[in-house]
Amino acid sequence: MTLAARGRAGVDRTDSDRELERIVREHSGRLATALMRITGDFAMAEDLVQDAVVAALHRWPIDGVPDRPDAWLFTVARNRGLDALRRQTNYRAKLAGLRWPIQPADDDRLRLIFTCCHPALSRPAQIALTLRVVCGLTTAQIARAFLVTDTTVAQRITRAKRKITEAAIPYRVPNPDELEARLREVLAVVYLLLNEGYLSTAERGQSRDLVDDAEWLAAQLHELMPTEPEVAGLLALIRLHRARADARFDPDGNIVLLKHQDRSSWDHDAIAAASRLLQRAARHREPGPYQLQAAIVACHAEALDWADTDWEQIVLIYDMLLCVAPSPLVRLHRSVALGYTAGPEAALADVDDLAEALDRYHLYHATRADLLGTLGRADEARTANRRALELTANPAEQALLRQRIDWGDDAG
Amino acid sequence: MKYVLLFVETEQFEKDFEAMSQADRDRAVQLVYKWMADHADKIRGGSKLQPATTATTVRLEADSEPVITDGPFVEGKEVVSGYTEIEVDDLDQALKMVSTWPGCPIVEIRPIMEIPPVHS
Repeated sequence: MTLAARGRAGVDRTDSDRELERIVREHSGRLATALMRITGDFAMAEDLVQDAVVAALHRWPIDGVPDRPDAWLFTVARNRGLDALRRQTNYRAKLAGLRWPIQPADDDRLRLIFTCCHPALSRPAQIALTLRVVCGLTTAQIARAFLVTDTTVAQRITRAKRKITEAAIPYRVPNPDELEARLREVLAVVYLLLNEGYLSTAERGQSRDLVDDAEWLAAQLHELMPTEPEVAGLLALIRLHRARADARFDPDGNIVLLKHQDRSSWDHDAIAAASRLLQRAARHREPGPYQLQAAIVACHAEALDWADTDWEQIVLIYDMLLCVAPSPLVRLHRSVALGYTAGPEAALADVDDLAEALDRYHLYHATRADLLGTLGRADEARTANRRALELTANPAEQALLRQRIDWGDDAG
Repeated sequence: MKYVLLFVETEQFEKDFEAMSQADRDRAVQLVYKWMADHADKIRGGSKLQPATTATTVRLEADSEPVITDGPFVEGKEVVSGYTEIEVDDLDQALKMVSTWPGCPIVEIRPIMEIPPVHS
């Protein structure tokens, strides 16, 4: 079962829905790539693919998935294209000459991803475009996954496509000297999908599983750029999370903390495979934020139980992470590990340093509450838990915090 | 593809510039000249503007006289201080060019709208 689909009664998306999405995702990006190559018009290629996807999601549940779904999508998009290009005879002839099956060159596939994630587009636009063009999501699916209206997503896409055309955002793979910065944009988009999917719980369980899309995108990138260690790092990070996804929620949809998770339900083969992937990436000796985050998750994933966790190692990796990507959030997480190596008092002092930066962040207060509880300062712990509850909007996290507050009240 | 680069100065930039020694200021200006020379093949025109304090803004509204005010159209800490029209292949080339700009801290890149000739 998938991460986002966990922990709720009544599964609304059936296996065939997911199968449908998988097929569409597998083929729509290829189709967009081919159309892009022929027409040279990003907006048009995108429109044609979206039309074909919407038609497929409408027809296939009724007629059944065709034997060759990619050929079906191809034919629909091509016919619509021929219709749309009636006046542009040059493109029309090229499109008419396009034959299935499509075998896009690796470079073309990369071009598509890099264009969708161009830094001149806003992050929400990058995400919406990538999901629509590369992963074949419909506007409605994106809207549901991010809890925004269809209109918002549609406007975002329209504006982004206009900008690509009118500001002449090129359709190309970045040069080696720009690659690092541009790849960072692409990985940030994939990472946000992971985060969004990972945090989404009960109410969003019915919508698209974005972690699945994140993994698929990272796997594509890894296939296309096998020597980029951060790509491999991000893919390993996603797979390490997914391998333990089933243990994250109890049957009632409540979050189960890592400490209390049933480690026998983790997918240990997947964990081992992801760890190997990470080790291969580490041989490049170019540690980056994704490899380091994956390394931390791997430390947890490889521990036999909570007590077996190698906290010294985890603190060390957090220190490296703070060097390459300093942030108060990383410091907050580091302080949790520090609690096990240097003791809760030292950890609390570290957390308290972050008061100004993280006062509006629920996990800051939840972490403080934990440490205060360990130190026997029950009243302060309860206040911190209450503050955390006020600040989180996530229903599953709210339920967890509420439970902890109730428990605290009972004990007090 | 043509773009206009709008060069934007901030209050802080202005202060820092004034605090520099004359020699440093001269050097900074030389760097800008050099940048202009390095990219001369792509530059189609443009100017440095007089300070925003010299600006006059006119607001034209229907059914009323134009309203004339002293100052730039938005009062803020960031003001347009110059512009350059460039011609390059695409936005990536413009970005590359701007990434080496040695002057003010903000540059806006705006594509120029190609208006087809009017046939009467």
